[in-house]
Order: sequence, then structure tokens, then C-alpha cells
Amino acid sequence: MNTVSESLALAVGLVTHADPNLVDIVMLSLQVSLTATFFAAYIGLPLGAAIAVGRFPGRDALIVVLNAMMGLPPVVVGLVVYLLLSRSGPLGSYGLLFTPGAMVIAQTILIAPIIAALTRQIVADAWLEYSEQLTSLGASTYRAATTLLWDTRFSLATVLLAGFGRAIAEVGAVMIVGGNINGVTRVMTTTIALETSKGDLPLALALGLVLIAIVVLVNAIAQMTRGWAKARFG
Amino acid sequence: MTRRHLLALALLALAIAVPAGAQDKFITVASTTSTEQSGLFGHLLPIFEKDTGITVRVVALGTGQALDVARRGDADVAFVHDTAAEEKLVAEGYGVKRFPVMYNDFVLVGPKGDPAKVAGGKDILAALAKIQAAQAPFASRGDKSGTHAAELRYWKDAGVDLEAKKGAWYRDTGSGMGPTLNTASSMNAYVLADRGTWLAFKNRGDLEILVEGDKRLFNQYGAMLVNPAKHPHVKAALGQQFIDWLVSPRGQAVIAAYKIGGEQLFFPNANG
Amino acid sequence: MAERATGLPIKLMKVAAAPGGVPVLGDIDLTLVAGGRTVLLGPNGAGKSTLLRVLHGLIPPSAGSIAWGEATTKPRGQAMVFQRPVMLRRSAYENIRYALDLAGVRGDEVDDRIAEALDEVGLLALSARPARVLSGGEQQKLAFARVWALRPEVLFLDEPTASLDPAAARSVEKIIVDIHERGTTIVMTTHNLVQAKRMADDVLFLHAGRITERTPAWEFFTMPRSIEAVNFLEGERI
Repeated sequence: MNTVSESLALAVGLVTHADPNLVDIVMLSLQVSLTATFFAAYIGLPLGAAIAVGRFPGRDALIVVLNAMMGLPPVVVGLVVYLLLSRSGPLGSYGLLFTPGAMVIAQTILIAPIIAALTRQIVADAWLEYSEQLTSLGASTYRAATTLLWDTRFSLATVLLAGFGRAIAEVGAVMIVGGNINGVTRVMTTTIALETSKGDLPLALALGLVLIAIVVLVNAIAQMTRGWAKARFG
Repeated sequence: MTRRHLLALALLALAIAVPAGAQDKFITVASTTSTEQSGLFGHLLPIFEKDTGITVRVVALGTGQALDVARRGDADVAFVHDTAAEEKLVAEGYGVKRFPVMYNDFVLVGPKGDPAKVAGGKDILAALAKIQAAQAPFASRGDKSGTHAAELRYWKDAGVDLEAKKGAWYRDTGSGMGPTLNTASSMNAYVLADRGTWLAFKNRGDLEILVEGDKRLFNQYGAMLVNPAKHPHVKAALGQQFIDWLVSPRGQAVIAAYKIGGEQLFFPNANG
Repeated sequence: MAERATGLPIKLMKVAAAPGGVPVLGDIDLTLVAGGRTVLLGPNGAGKSTLLRVLHGLIPPSAGSIAWGEATTKPRGQAMVFQRPVMLRRSAYENIRYALDLAGVRGDEVDDRIAEALDEVGLLALSARPARVLSGGEQQKLAFARVWALRPEVLFLDEPTASLDPAAARSVEKIIVDIHERGTTIVMTTHNLVQAKRMADDVLFLHAGRITERTPAWEFFTMPRSIEAVNFLEGERI
């Protein structure tokens, strides 16, 4: 357990001294994963709501596929995005490989299904409660979906946090498409992997503790915002 | 509704463009984990940048993957340590010309207890034969890296048919130098490592250098420009500038100056 | 306010309904004209709630045809109140505004209509309160305020006072009468015979998915014609 106490001390030291290198790495991690969460939400929230409220052939199969995609292995997503963005690949001319942009793309693909699948479940449950009343009031399917998205916003906030958590915690995708380039695409998880492979386990664990602390902080802020919003808007 | 979509697209473009386009002159170099993890790049690149104003982005992978990245045109320069594979890349037309840059050496690391009794030896082939005979635990990288390729050559030259003699004693980790050392440390196994990574490695456990100095253990590094004829977007001028700097007296001196604990890791030999 | 085509009379011809694949209604012929207070009565499982939803266009018929005035699709200008109120997670005011927006009512008159509606049901002081923190009785009254603001042509009610205490129930009954007096046709189901006697001017008796009897209220309660109606009224009395 020496490693753990050593790491704890290291972690506290890292945070209090605010080593500029570490700050850059943390900021990049947050930038990449928050951006990915934003885009995944932009895709996943309407998609989930549409599937929940709509009725069309193949809907059941689509739900199964969507739920299954929550289990996409990050390293596989990374590999596929790498092949797409490589100069030898179809989207190579954009020069996105080994940049933060590629990391955002990979993480967006990774978490969009999670957000869509969970949104679908939440909106579908709400639809059971609301469908008769909303139809009675004359809401179109589109209007009903947007109304339910707003009405279930507290549950959906948790869904977004789940997506963010998955994004900022993964290493497989960003390692492959980002290349862990020092000062450019090195994020917390790839740094931890690097320090582990260099055998510097206390430092790796310390960085891990810092990462967990940041995720807890993000969740705490979200919870406080939720509480305030709930009190104000009900 | 369309306005909201346009806004989102603008944000996307911004998010991608801002972090990526922040550098002016830069090249992408595909190199190996051993050069990165030994700290050589940390020492060498800031000096290169000061001399030329060019930033170097290093993607550190196993040699096999690094050469694949070069073949795909995802890097401008390849800087690895597998002469045969490098020359093959040039022959296939993906590399322009291979320049020898430096060498470091491999060391045979093993547990203090030394079950195969190889300590102090100067012959790597004899040592490996003894390890196989004793069926002592041995950790291999197994990842098509330069180090792995060298290891396989040594087994062959020692007359050991690895395929036939492989058993529970031979652990194929399929990973980089660091993780393989981690595994060896926890298993008290023998392992072939490059001196640079070993010197920078902190999780040694009971391991120490047991065999070194055999000329066969010398590990040659080479650099080459990815061929702009195959990949027109390659930054040929800047990339070649990097290679030229590495083999210049200035670059070679910088390489020689890099030390860990007073020990030099890499020995420049651009001029043979 | 834009003129809308009338959705009355509602004509059902040989309509059957099987929601979720289960047959509930069969061979329904019915014409509903403007102006009345029609109450649907019948034992449990007779199909009252289903018929209500078919009339309101929530459940499509599995056979037969249905017309609302000239149209064969559900028109605007209808509203429904359910046994349990369904409110959005927003203020009382916003819930009514949402309904008005769906009905195409926006702009200056919205504020006045909402205030008038909340006042009618006695909830004006709670206008800014989140609707979901109101009590059950208050939420049901809010549902009626929503109807009041909408000024529908027809109002369907499915056991509107079943989850309310007697005082709230009486207050809601008064609101229904006010809505009727303003010109809305009322169609309602209830299990409460006393309430039915108070409110109905015309009774539609359902048994096993068919309309057994349709008569003016006083006739139904004093001289029921069908044996099923007789049994029903006897049973309720016990």
C-alpha cells in the first residue's frame, strides 16, 4: 500500500503546484470530452426522442442495435476512425489525424449511442405517461418529442453526465487517433498509460486520482445546477 | 431550426480548428516508444526547435506500427530501429532514403537470483541458450517492434527453435518495452531491453543488468523521409531538414550529450 | 381568432374498436350533436373509456367510419380531461400557455385568457408555482383551467372526479357546468350515479361493447328500457 500513499501525496502536490504541463493536459482532456459530449448530445437527444415517440417499420431492430452500440469498444472505434482519417483513407485530405479534432470525432462516435439509447428509454417512459394528453392537445409527433425532451431534462442531464464520464475515462480511442503527442494530443488517460508503461506507477496513480477528482468536480457542479434549476423551474 | 444547425456546425469547426491549427511550422515524426520513453526527444527536440523554428510532433509507437504510419503517409519522417524493415520501406518506394543516425544497445536484464546462471557473461547467444535450457521465465515484447525483431534473431542465431521450445517459461506480452519490463519485474523473468528504456525505468523490482557489451546487442537507428511522390502532402522540405540536422555534427553532438545518471544512452554514427 | 370548421356532429357508423388488438367495441352507431351534456354509463369493461377515446380521435376504429362534422380526421377544438391530470414540469401558467400555443393562440390575448382561466378555478395565486408540486385536486383544477382557456367545442371527460375528495369533486362539477354554459358540448363517463343524475341531460348506456340504450337522462333513471340497464341500476343501488 506504499504506492497508494505515495501516490496520494504526489497527487496533492501536483494539484497544489499546478504544474503548467499538467494543467495543459487537464484542459485538453476537458476540452475534448466536453466538446464530444456536446456533439453527441446534439445527435443523440433528438435521435433518442424520435425513436421513442415515432412509429416506423424496423423500429424494434433499431432499438436493439442502438442499445448494443452502447458497448462499442473504444479501441475499435479508435481503429475505425484512424482508418477513415488516415492520409491513405477516405477522409485523409482533411488532415485531422493526430489532432484534437480527431479525438473529438472518435469520442463523439463512442458516446452518441449511449446518449441516444438512454434518451430513448427515458422519453419512452415519459411518453407512456403523456401520450394521450399531448395527442389530445394536438401536439404533432415532432412537437411531442421536443416537449418530452425538455420535460425529462433532469433525467437527461444524468445521461449527459454518463456520456461525459465515458468519454473522459477512455484511452483506447484517443490513443490511436491522437497519437499521444506531447503538447498536442496528450490527455489525462494517455498520460496515465504512458507513465504506467514507463514503470512510474506512483505518478500514474497520482494522475489517476487527479482525473477522478476532476470527474467528481464536474458531477458536483452538475448536481448543484440541477438543484438550483429544479427549485426555480420545477 | 436551420440557424441552430449552422451554429452547431460553426462550433464544430471552431472546436476542431482552434487546438489543431495553433502551431505554425511543424512536422510529424513516427518514432518508437524506446526513443520517446528514454527521454531522448525531451532533450533533443527543444534544441532542434530553437535552431530551426520547426516544432516536431512525435507519435511514439512500436516499430511495426511506426513504419505502417509512414507507409500510410500519416507522418512526414520515420525514425525507428529496424534496418531490414526500413530498407524494405525504401525499396517499396514509401521512404526516400535511409540515413543511419545513432545506435544504442540492448541489455539482458534478469532477476538477481539468476536461475539460468548467465550473469557477467559477454555472449548473448550463449546466455539465451542457457535460459531456454533452464526453462527460466523470459518475457518477450512480441509486438513486431525493433526490439522484438532483434530478440527473435538472437534466438535463431543461438540455435534455439523457439516455436518448438516455447513453453510456459516464455511469456509473450504483446506490448511495449515499459509494460514488458513491468511484467518481467513482477514475474522475476529475464527480458531483453534497450538500455535507454531500462535506465529510465523505475519499477525494477529484483531485476538488474546481467549481460551487456556483446557487439551483437548494438541496435541501429535510422531516419527517412516519407516519399512525397507517394504522398504529396508530406512536408518534404521541413522533414528533410530534421533528418539533415540529426546527422549533422550539431545534431550528433546533441545526441551524444544526452545522459541518464551520467551514462550516455545513444551513440551517434551517422558517418559510420 | 381564426375561424375553424366545426367538428360537430360526430357520426359513428358501424364502428368497432380493438385497442392493442383486444376487441372492446362492436357495431356502434352514434350521432353526437352540439350543445348537450351526455354521460356514458355502464358496468366495468363495457367500453366507456374506449368509446370516449374513439370519439376524441385517440383510438382509431378497427371497422366502420367516423366523421367530425365534414371532416374524417380529428379536428381541432376538442379537449379531454383524464381521471388523473397530466402536467408538464413547468409552472401552472406555462402549462396553460403550452396548450394555447398548440391551439394556435399566441400574442397579446394569451395573458388575459390564462389569468381568467386560473381565476375561474380558483388557482390564480398559484400561477407561478411548478404544476407538479400542486396537490392532486389542484392539478385536476389546473387541467380544467387549461380547458377553460382553450374554449373547446367539445369536452370529453373520463371519470374527472374519481380521484378527488367530495369538496373538490363538487367544485369541479360546477366548473364543468360553467364550461357547458359557455357553449361547450360535454361528453363524460362516471361511476358515480348521483353525479350522473346531477349532470346528465342525456345518457348513453353501454354493455359489453354495444350501446344498449340512449335516452334523455330523466327517462333513463326512472324508466330504463333494457334488461342490462335495469340490472345495472339495481346493482348500483345495492
